[in-house]
Amino acid sequence: MEQKNGPASMPKQHQGLPFHIIKRVNIPIWKKILVYAIAIAGGLLLSGLICAAFSDESPLYFFTCLFKGAFGTERKIWLLLLDAALLLGVSMALIPAFKMKFWNLGGNGQILIACLCSYSLSFFLGGKIPEWLLLLLMFAASLVSGIIWALIPALFKAFFNTNETLFTLMMNYIATGIVLYCRASWISSGSAQFPTLTNGILPKIYNNMLPTVVVFVLLTLVMFVYLKYSKHGYEISVVGESVNTAKYIGINVKKVIIRTMILSGAIAGLVGFFLIARTGPGLSGDTTNNMGFTAIMTSWLASFNPLLMFLSCFFISFITRGMSQVQQGFHLTSNSIVSIVVGLIYFCVIACSFFINYRIVFRKKEGK
Amino acid sequence: MLTNFLIGAIALGVVLLYGCLGETLMEKAGQLNLGIPGIMCMGTAGGCFGAALYMNGLAFAGDAVWFPLILISICFSILFSVFTGLIYAFLTVTLRCNQNITGLAITTFGTGLSQFIMEVYVPRDRFDAASVLFSKGFVNDPGANGVLRVLFSHGVFVYLAIALALVFSFVLKRTRLGLHLRAVGESPAAADADGINVTGYKYGAILAGSAVAGFGGLFYTMDYLKGSWENASTIESFGWLAIALVIFTLWRPTVSIFGSILFGALLIAAFVLNGTSSQKELLKLLPYVITVLVLVITSIRNKKENQPPASLGLSYFREDR
Amino acid sequence: MAKEVLIEFQNITKAFGSLVANNGISMDVLRGEILSVLGENGCGKTTLMNMLAGIYYPDSGRILIRGKETAIRSPKDAFDQKIGMIHQHFKLIPVFSAAENVVLGVNNGSGYNLKNAKKTIGEMCDRYGFHIDPDKKIYEMSVSEKQTVEIIKVLYRGADILILDEPTAVLTPQEIEKLFAVLRAMRDDGKSIIIITHKLNEVMEISDRVAVLRKGQHIATVETGKTNVQQLTEMMVGKKITLNIDREQVKDTADRLQIVDLNCTNAEGVKVLDHVSFTAKSGEILGIAGIAGSGQKELLEAIAGLQKLDSGSIIFNRPKKNLPVSFFHKTMGQVIALAAQGKFHYEDGTPVDFTGKSKKEIRALVNDGKILFNEDEVMSLRDKTPLQIRELGVRLSFVPEDRLGMGLVGSMDIIDNMMLRSYRKGKSILLNRKRPETLANEVVKGLEVVTPDLHTPVRKLSGGNVQKVLVGREISSAPKVLMAAYPVRGLDINSSYLIYNLLSKQKKDGAAVIFVGEDLDVLLGLCDRILVMNAGRVTGIVDARSVTKEEIGFLMTKTDK
Repeated sequence: MEQKNGPASMPKQHQGLPFHIIKRVNIPIWKKILVYAIAIAGGLLLSGLICAAFSDESPLYFFTCLFKGAFGTERKIWLLLLDAALLLGVSMALIPAFKMKFWNLGGNGQILIACLCSYSLSFFLGGKIPEWLLLLLMFAASLVSGIIWALIPALFKAFFNTNETLFTLMMNYIATGIVLYCRASWISSGSAQFPTLTNGILPKIYNNMLPTVVVFVLLTLVMFVYLKYSKHGYEISVVGESVNTAKYIGINVKKVIIRTMILSGAIAGLVGFFLIARTGPGLSGDTTNNMGFTAIMTSWLASFNPLLMFLSCFFISFITRGMSQVQQGFHLTSNSIVSIVVGLIYFCVIACSFFINYRIVFRKKEGK
Repeated sequence: MLTNFLIGAIALGVVLLYGCLGETLMEKAGQLNLGIPGIMCMGTAGGCFGAALYMNGLAFAGDAVWFPLILISICFSILFSVFTGLIYAFLTVTLRCNQNITGLAITTFGTGLSQFIMEVYVPRDRFDAASVLFSKGFVNDPGANGVLRVLFSHGVFVYLAIALALVFSFVLKRTRLGLHLRAVGESPAAADADGINVTGYKYGAILAGSAVAGFGGLFYTMDYLKGSWENASTIESFGWLAIALVIFTLWRPTVSIFGSILFGALLIAAFVLNGTSSQKELLKLLPYVITVLVLVITSIRNKKENQPPASLGLSYFREDR
Repeated sequence: MAKEVLIEFQNITKAFGSLVANNGISMDVLRGEILSVLGENGCGKTTLMNMLAGIYYPDSGRILIRGKETAIRSPKDAFDQKIGMIHQHFKLIPVFSAAENVVLGVNNGSGYNLKNAKKTIGEMCDRYGFHIDPDKKIYEMSVSEKQTVEIIKVLYRGADILILDEPTAVLTPQEIEKLFAVLRAMRDDGKSIIIITHKLNEVMEISDRVAVLRKGQHIATVETGKTNVQQLTEMMVGKKITLNIDREQVKDTADRLQIVDLNCTNAEGVKVLDHVSFTAKSGEILGIAGIAGSGQKELLEAIAGLQKLDSGSIIFNRPKKNLPVSFFHKTMGQVIALAAQGKFHYEDGTPVDFTGKSKKEIRALVNDGKILFNEDEVMSLRDKTPLQIRELGVRLSFVPEDRLGMGLVGSMDIIDNMMLRSYRKGKSILLNRKRPETLANEVVKGLEVVTPDLHTPVRKLSGGNVQKVLVGREISSAPKVLMAAYPVRGLDINSSYLIYNLLSKQKKDGAAVIFVGEDLDVLLGLCDRILVMNAGRVTGIVDARSVTKEEIGFLMTKTDK
């Protein structure tokens, strides 16, 4: 029915209102960027005003602090780049799945379980085997464990159509639980914390952040090519858009789901490996820093385009880094202000997606 | 021993039950709200704010009276959680934004803001006295009888939760309101065609669900923890468990009473039982594992009645056909 | 006897973007009549009725109900005016019972009481002659039961005016009879019934008056008794239909596809294919006629490798007799093995014997085209996936009914849609978009696809252009078997003829064409043979040149074994 594709008036919901809402078919890229820019600027301004309201400082100082926090020193810039790179890595783990319309909320769990595996190798084998072998084992274990964690929901989705959103969500908490279980059983009472590692730490190249940054930037470029120009990427898009079409042209949908989630899990595992092997920190239930969720936001912000994700990941990292400075500068005792501001900016950006997907048309007075 | 265990299980279960009931209501209307942890935190902050307001308005902490305290707490709790729910509803229903993304943002925002409120605006120096009133049982001294103690030694919020579960079940199953709500969650297009106000029902379910979910955190802080507060993350984790519980109970409020007690028992067992700390961690893990099992088993059995509401997580736009 | 005017449309206009669906329509509906709204696909009849049902709101013009101007802004407003519409796609909730669906949205002031509702439903059933179990869940119901629920639902709301959008499209003849009986009973009860349809025979059978629409305009409303099929057709299409399809005589046919005793049961346990056997020949168009849902879809999908079968065989004969062997479909090992079985001969007719020859020599012989097949190749397609079928080298094309949901990916552009079938070619892990782009250009030019450019998502194209892209891709591989399900549904006359000609061209080029159609005139004018299906069984295979519409109609409804 051709008519149904066309825009139609909405008689009921906006009864009496002088406008109606129609779905956009597409939107010019400059308009999209403009809408996002306005939303982000609005979010920041709102945050600035709120922070200023809680202290004696001016809203302008908010922005000074924000930029100082993110770019103030060379080290701060490096930390910002590192955060952005790790976030980029997690986003890369998620987008193949998202493109396939597989709602993988399990990034946290996949990373955490990979962290656990590489940590435990270093914890138990550290010093007993050569450092290069240990790193190699940690690398392999991270990837494999990430894959397993992603594969479990994928298999059930492929064969029984089990709801993957809820499944992957639960897998996060199971992973956290396992980490806590391991901590409880491996660490003799007393400290009740995983100690920092001395073995299985990646060598520094320039500093201990550069390798991580380079790896994930390269990975993003590769992912861009993979999704856009490879046969696998094409299959992912077809499955994501229409499972029926995929079957019709002979794509093995189960295989694509499983293959893509293996890739997803492997990349999440890679992030886990870097989280541990970069500096060898202690492990805890929130080593992942909730990046699995943040990356959902960044991927979605970038409309699942890897190149745009450079922007979204950098931006979110900028906000989080900058906000810690704001917190100090404004003498706010509670570090929860970071969550509040990040949440507010999320809201603004989420709300603006409405203007990207829909258009408000003002009704002309009677007839034309 | 067993009596105490059961009392604890019911108490912890009730925390989850509130979250679960709220989430069930929203999911029945087709809204997968991953913001429930944030909303529970906000409800806590609101309730505590109200309690502090009342307590500090008194000359002496000992002057506190049960009814006004509870009423003010509940009102503020509802105010805060409904405010948070309103943000979610506006973004997902009116602006039709992605529910998963919005929910996660709500959780980030809600945990942050509630933490901030609790630290800055809620003086807790009189909470000892307040919590006594919160946990005051209906029967002043149920005596030594185990059964009676298990049943009657709780504060008002436990009974409120169970009453709400029964009311929800009745409303969903036996009333026109419930029928319409379920229709909205199953097929908003069909409901819309039948003249049901889809937006209205979704807003109603989200706001009512938020209000109810918020009580969970309030009860936990004021009654279970006797008015102490560390940070929002404990309540956040209860929020996630509540979402698990919704799946575990297959969207049935009556089942959720027992489901929540089971989950509560697993959690409390970790504290009460004599065991190594690692065994305790395993027990805490169990609720999630059995939730996954339920999810898997129901999808394998593929019985229509046990599936999530058909339009769960999808936004509705009338002109999409 | 003049009946009271119940509804009056005055100068109704409704446009969707640049498409004017209704252009100044004025007509009326009387109390206690069955009015057919007749028109071709896309003539605006559903749009007009949707305005009565509160789905759309007119851009200009007035609707008078019982003499009063009324604004119907929502389905609820329509109910308030006692208007109920039964849409083509049912809006029922699968996990709810019939009774729950019926009472949905009704707030009649009294408390919610499902028991009373069931009683009312029972009374309605008795009154009009329905049969329905109010406790049965919708997902357990047949299409006709679902339709019954929709009708009861509308009646339960106290509707006096019932609008049915193509109500017979999915029903069996018996079910249609039952439905018509019910409709008559309701009319005699004083209700007004509007049937949207494009089937003339049903118009003649059921309606009191007919309103004919053409291209968004109201042509005339006539009393059924005072008109005939010929006159209605003329009003509907504007000129006499002489289906001018270029049908050539069949020549050089060979059996291409042999279907033997297919049986298939669907997920609900209903037998959808019941001992289906037939042969599709090269150089002819085999039409498949039948009421929608008689197994046509499953049959085509089974051949295309998309449907699991209980039993039966699907044999493809590849025309190879006296044609040279090539390494295109065969590996060296297969060639040697087949030669050993004596399957080949030389140009002069002597049998091929490779004993003592080196692989290099064999390769040279094959590449020079000196080795010929004795017979056609025979291969089974049963239980093969679409991919395996293609890997066998079988050029089988399939234009499915659901174009954007199955044949194409709506959000992808024309180029990416062109390579759906061929993207795997080549060893590279990367895609080659060069050839699809060339193909896309050819299709756009050759079939006159109207599109801004090749990078436009196909979803944005109009229905006819979407179909051209799909058919263009499917015939680009020079198929040996071409299957098309309802390929002209929703298309305008010009696009339809373009599709007919493309199918005829494929036939001339030696493809075995299988055409599933709904319009008997087209089937009779286009096809060489017609296979008729009913309830999953083949009820007859007839010569399209000599058979009459009545005979096909009889076969379509034949139920005895």
